[in-house]
This record gives sequence, C-alpha cells and structure tokens, in this order.
Amino acid sequence: MTTYNWADRLNPTVREVKPSGIRRFFDMASEMKGVISLGVGEPDFVTPWRIREASIYALEKGYTMYTANSGLPELRREISRFTADCFGCTYDSNSEVLVTVGVSEGLDLALRAIVAPGDEIIVPEPCYVSYQPCVALAGGIPVPVPTRGEDGFVVTAAQIEAAITPRTKALLLCYPNNPTGAVISRAELEAIAEVCATHDILVISDEIYAALTYESEHTCFATLPGMRDRTILLQGFSKAFAMTGWRVGYALGNTDFIGAMTKIHQFTMLCAPITAQMAAIEALKNGREDMHRMVNQYNHRRRLCLKACQEIGLPCFNPGGAFYVFPDIRPTGLSSEEFTERLIKEEKVAVVPGNAFGECGEGYIRCSYAASVDNLTEAFKRIGRLVQRTP
Amino acid sequence: MDVRMEVLELLAENARLTIEQLATMLDLDEQEARRLVEELEESHTILGYRTLVNWDKVQKERVTALIEVKVTPQRDVGFRAVAERIGRFPEVKSLHLMSGAYDLAVFIEGRTMQEVAFFVATKLAPIDGVMSTTTHFVLQTFKKEGILLEEADGDHRLVMSP
Repeated sequence: MTTYNWADRLNPTVREVKPSGIRRFFDMASEMKGVISLGVGEPDFVTPWRIREASIYALEKGYTMYTANSGLPELRREISRFTADCFGCTYDSNSEVLVTVGVSEGLDLALRAIVAPGDEIIVPEPCYVSYQPCVALAGGIPVPVPTRGEDGFVVTAAQIEAAITPRTKALLLCYPNNPTGAVISRAELEAIAEVCATHDILVISDEIYAALTYESEHTCFATLPGMRDRTILLQGFSKAFAMTGWRVGYALGNTDFIGAMTKIHQFTMLCAPITAQMAAIEALKNGREDMHRMVNQYNHRRRLCLKACQEIGLPCFNPGGAFYVFPDIRPTGLSSEEFTERLIKEEKVAVVPGNAFGECGEGYIRCSYAASVDNLTEAFKRIGRLVQRTP
Repeated sequence: MDVRMEVLELLAENARLTIEQLATMLDLDEQEARRLVEELEESHTILGYRTLVNWDKVQKERVTALIEVKVTPQRDVGFRAVAERIGRFPEVKSLHLMSGAYDLAVFIEGRTMQEVAFFVATKLAPIDGVMSTTTHFVLQTFKKEGILLEEADGDHRLVMSP
C-alpha cells in the first residue's frame, strides 16, 4: 500500500522554516528536577496586582466583547501619551496607533504590510528567533547581517549599507537586543538612519525592551531626523510591565502603514483581547512606578551577573539593556550547544545556546537575569564549576 | 537616588545580602558599601536584621492584640513620656501615636489572651496619664511587613523560552 505523503501538500515556505534551536534543550531541562533556569525570555515578576485587579474588575463589569479593530480608544490615547512621555515620539491615537496581540503579531503585520514577494529584509543577528521565519512567511527574503562580540553585538551603518541590494525593502532592528542585551548608541543609529534615507529603506524597529535600558537613555529610532514616517515602531507590555501572557502590544507609524496593518489585523485577528487591553490601560495609567521598581531590580541583577561572569572566567561585554547577559564560552573549548547540554545534565542549569539566535551567536550562551538573586548566585556558581572542568 | 537610600531599600527587602553582593548590585566598591552600612548601623538608621516568621506554621501559642490607649498629654513632653514608659515593656511589639479617636496604638504579644489581658490591666492601664484602653485581639494575620502569609505563587513560566 502506498502511503500518501501529506507533508508534500504543505506550503514549501512553511515546510522549510527551520524548527527552533531551543526545543531540544527545552525537552532536556523539562525532564529534570531541580533545574535553575536562566533560559527564560520573560520577566520573573508576575503582573503587578493593580493591573491584574483592573482586568478582573473589567471582567466583572462585563467587558467581554470585541473592541474596535485598532484597539480601545482609551488605550490608544494612553499609548500615545506614554510614548510621547517616555520616548519623545508623538502619534495620533486615531490613525497612527494599532493595538496588537503582542509584538509578535505587530511584527508579522508590519512584514506582511510591506513585503512584496522577493523583497529583502535586512536582519542583524543574533536576533529573536521569529524574525527570519516571519520574513519568509511574508514572502520576503531575510538577509542576515552578523554582528560580532568584539563590537558588543551592535550592527554598524557600514554593515547595513553593504547588505543593501536593489531588492532591499526594509531593515529590522531590535535594540535593546534579545538575546545579547546590547544597546545601540544614538550616533550609530543616526548613521544607520542616514543610510536608510539614502537608499530609501524602511525600518521596522522592535523596541519591546526599551524601558529596560540601564546606563544610557534609550533612543527611539522614529525620533531621529526624517525617520518617523519611514519607521514602523513595535512596542508592548510584556517586558516593561511583566505582562507576557496577556499578549498585548502596539504598533506605531504613519497612517498608510498603520492603515495597511489594521486591514490585515481586522481580517486575521479582529482585535486584541479586551481583558488584556483593559489591563494595559491600567498599566499605562498607574503602573509606571511598578515598572521602575522592576527595572531597578533588573539592573541590580545585571551587575551581579556581569561580575559573576568575570569571576568564573567567561568574558562578557557590558549589556546595557533587556534582561540578558551573553557571555563568551569559547575559552571552554565547547560549542554553544555542547556547553548548554553539559550545563543542564551536569549542573542542572538551563541557558539558551547563542547559535539559536543566528550563526554568529555560536560561542556564546544567553543567560536571563529574570531570576531571583539567590537563583542567579547559585546558577553562576554551578556554571563556574562546569567552566573549571573544561580545558 | 541617594545611594544610602538604595542600600536601605535593598537591605529592607533582603537583609541577607552580603556586602559583596550589595556593592556589586549598586556598583560600589566593597569598602564603600561596608562603610555605608556601618554608618547606617551606627546612626541607628538600620535598627537590626531579623527574620520574618509565620508563627502559625509552628504550634506555638501566640496572641497579638491592638490596644487603643487614650492618654492625657503632659506639659512640655506631650505623649512622649507615657509612650516611653509603655514602650519599654518587652510585651509591647510596636507603638504608634495616632490621629483620630485615640492616641496610642499599642501592639502587644503574649502567649494567651489571659496573659495579654493581665498585662493591660496590671501594667498598661494604671500608668499615670493613661485615661482608657480598648483591647482588640487579632484573629488572623493575612499579610505582615508587606508579605502575604499564604504560600507564594510559585514560578509558572516555561523552563525555557526565546
């Protein structure tokens, strides 16, 4: 009997999307007891109670219906105010703000709105695991630009310019960066802006970690001269307000871009969940102090992790944002995956191998400091023991 | 923020932080951190380092009461003289001057209700200047020093995520 190969019927683009490099280690760590995980890409804080309580209240009051496609008007107004206050960019809450189901949806919408078949999207690496698949699924061609540890994993205007071809449509930026924690200077961003203007390249700027910037002021790409209308700015509540599971974020941009994204969103998603939108309103109105408290704690732990890396002999550049350190494990002679596997099996500490975020992440591991001080201290002690046992 | 405030906030949250951790977390050198903590201790800004215990977890008999005390204030010293007198009893765990219907809020701990009642009747009420006392026994404690007494929520996150 011949068996029918259903996989042949799949969209080849989907078939060719590579599975996440994290899966194998996730399974490994999940099967063990007593694992300390520094492998989690989300805050260890639960959503502040005032935000949860506001959302419970909204449920009690019967807010269980659809909202406007672009999101609750009050939320859009608060978003507009918040981004003006915190990042100095102003958007009209009626036509330039779209509430999305997390930045993940915002990114997908932005790409689908601008990518025509065969368009190239420049993606500096290491980067969040979904960037390349999302570009491909939108019919585009991801063009990875590797950054180097020696440069603090910051992409340069020259590297971007070198990657531009006549088919380049956009640049996809993410600073502060997941997985490296790198931030980018205003000067470098200005140089990048100039390249984008010269070559007429659009920019999708994923600034989900903007609130988690520690030693410098975050520069919002859209605030650079001439960049506002060229940029689709993606933001969300997950990291700043510890609201990952609520799935709520937003996109900001000119009316053409936001209009096009809203069109896709309206037919594919309809709207972001109202319960999450209600929570998001409370976060923006009354949650800033909670946000600052959490950011302050991340900063304390960031310094602990950096010092710990130093003490156990793993070089690590100073990450100015997000909640990750990205130490160089090449002195151990192990590959990222070998190191990660041995770390889980021998010391029960979970981290993510750097190569899961792009080839240039090879030789590094991502350690999240969204973990308690006690867990961080113990985890780095264990990492140190493994480092001792390697050449 | 003033670095002394940062030291205090960190230690108020977790008194077990070592000087080394404190120094790293606040980007200070260890000597500087040690000096700051010593100064705060000497100036009695840091009053002590204690453990928060949920006594309900152990079978120890323990009764807490809030005593509302009305006091006749005295010339020149106001409520201070009476407050000092009351505060020196080890049974008194905390003591506050209040606005409103009464003057001093006195938190007392004892092994039994009788013990607390006996203390109020024989030690607190007879003090010169104390006009009246009203005793309220605590039935259950839900939150103490900013910490909910029930089990913590736990970490529900996936062990690994991008």
